[in-house]
Amino acid sequence: MWGLDFSQLDWNEMTQASYDTLSMMGYSLLFTIVIGLPLGIILYMTARSNSLVFRWTYRVISFVVNILRSIPFVILIISLLPLTKLIVGTTLGVTGTIPPLVIGAAPFFARLVETSLREVDWGVIEAAHAMGASTGQVVRRVLLPESLPGLIAGATITAVTLVSYTAMSGMVGGGGLGDLAIRFGYYRYEKEVMIIAVLFMIVLVQILQMAGDRLVVHFTRK
Amino acid sequence: MIELKEITKVYGSKQKTTTALSGLNLTVEKGQIFGVIGHSGAGKSTLIRCINLLERPTRGEVWVNGVNLTRLGKRELQQQRRRIGMIFQHFNLLSSATVYDNIAFPLKLAGSDKAKIKAKVEELLVLVGLEAHSAKYPSQLSGGQKQRVGIARALASDPGVLLCDEATSALDPQTTDSILKLLLDINRKLGLTIMLITHEMHVIQSICDRVAVIHQGGIVEEGPVTEVFLKPQHPVTKEFISRDVAGGEPLKQAIELLKPKGIGIYRITFLGTQTYESTLSEVVSETGVHFAILQGTISAIKDVPYGQLTVSFEGKPEAVAQTVAKLQQRELDVEVID
Repeated sequence: MWGLDFSQLDWNEMTQASYDTLSMMGYSLLFTIVIGLPLGIILYMTARSNSLVFRWTYRVISFVVNILRSIPFVILIISLLPLTKLIVGTTLGVTGTIPPLVIGAAPFFARLVETSLREVDWGVIEAAHAMGASTGQVVRRVLLPESLPGLIAGATITAVTLVSYTAMSGMVGGGGLGDLAIRFGYYRYEKEVMIIAVLFMIVLVQILQMAGDRLVVHFTRK
Repeated sequence: MIELKEITKVYGSKQKTTTALSGLNLTVEKGQIFGVIGHSGAGKSTLIRCINLLERPTRGEVWVNGVNLTRLGKRELQQQRRRIGMIFQHFNLLSSATVYDNIAFPLKLAGSDKAKIKAKVEELLVLVGLEAHSAKYPSQLSGGQKQRVGIARALASDPGVLLCDEATSALDPQTTDSILKLLLDINRKLGLTIMLITHEMHVIQSICDRVAVIHQGGIVEEGPVTEVFLKPQHPVTKEFISRDVAGGEPLKQAIELLKPKGIGIYRITFLGTQTYESTLSEVVSETGVHFAILQGTISAIKDVPYGQLTVSFEGKPEAVAQTVAKLQQRELDVEVID
């Protein structure tokens, strides 16, 4: 069909690449949430504060977040190579891709967290204060549960973004489906590999989006 | 129970400031239902939010339950706030929590154990009549039911004081009455001190013991509801009351027609059981004066019945004067209208 021959495809390589993509996406999503969630909470809390110290904290963090978000990801990976080496000891393989992926995605996720938290009705937060809640209790018992659907939607968008980021980090020695598609499909004219690799990524993104949407519906009470 | 001393609240920066409250003093006694009425922008919302320091006054002291809140640190203020319940115009319930969990919320904040929380929440569900709805989410409830959850939540930590920030303003008249009845109920059952703010005279008339009228950041009139309601002094108070009690244009027409003829017009106020007595008809039959009712109201303030009649007396001047004197002897309040 269309001059394509799928019989020569190396399925072992394909499986390995899928596995690599999944672990790159999975680990970096995990660390992105671990870093991005508190960062987003800090952004939200300091933006509204009356204290001068906090407002400056907001400006500084916000500035750094904006910078990280404006650097093209490919350049971010390359410029982070020394730091990556320092953190995980290698710049190669799945491990080597995680620091740049996290540093690239965490500021993005932090902004999504900040936006979701802003959606929480200010009256409810005020009611919690009126009931004697501490700042920590307001975060844990009001902000996070009330914005949970928004946070899940944000994590879903981040996960999908990470899938496309893995294709780029794969080029710098990370492996994975994107890397496979480029190396075989583009450089070696093996269109079949490219088609299957892209197809796998499409399926992965669809699954992620569907799972995320379901969770959002499940946790929405409005 | 609640004491505000010289409360001033100024908003804004150095360039442009707005004074929401200026040197306001107010005392609410234990067990009272105290109403503050005012137009929007009069400062009533700022006033009630100053009581639990959701809004920190620029100057002045706030005393609640015998504690000066304005001098407390963060932690101590959190402790004291647990003894002050508050309900809101837009209910402010957690949309992600069930009715049960919303009511349990203040208890969880305080770190109560599960068994204690369960007992308390179930007791409150019965008190506000929501036993059947405990597993529902706020989005599944009507406005009145949401406010009942709000009330139950506010009562969960056994506060001595309940603050109501326009608690019935988002509800229809029937639901408003049922919520007011519930508030009166808990005031009587639990001896709770209630302070409410509203722009509806009806709310004040239904449940309040005392009322303060707030205008441009200050209290312009304050007293027992019966007194302020029947003998309003300040123009703003009169405005609030005339909207409810009527009078207004039709009465003005009648006065313009009768005054030139030299017919005296009087407002007679009956209070309590006087309202149901035939005093007026007895007195006029004694003095031989004829009367016409130009305008009248018979209603109740909280549970005190009252009547207010604007009448014209026709007869010899001496007989009219005698009528007025006799009415006053019988302890009715008679006022000449001009």
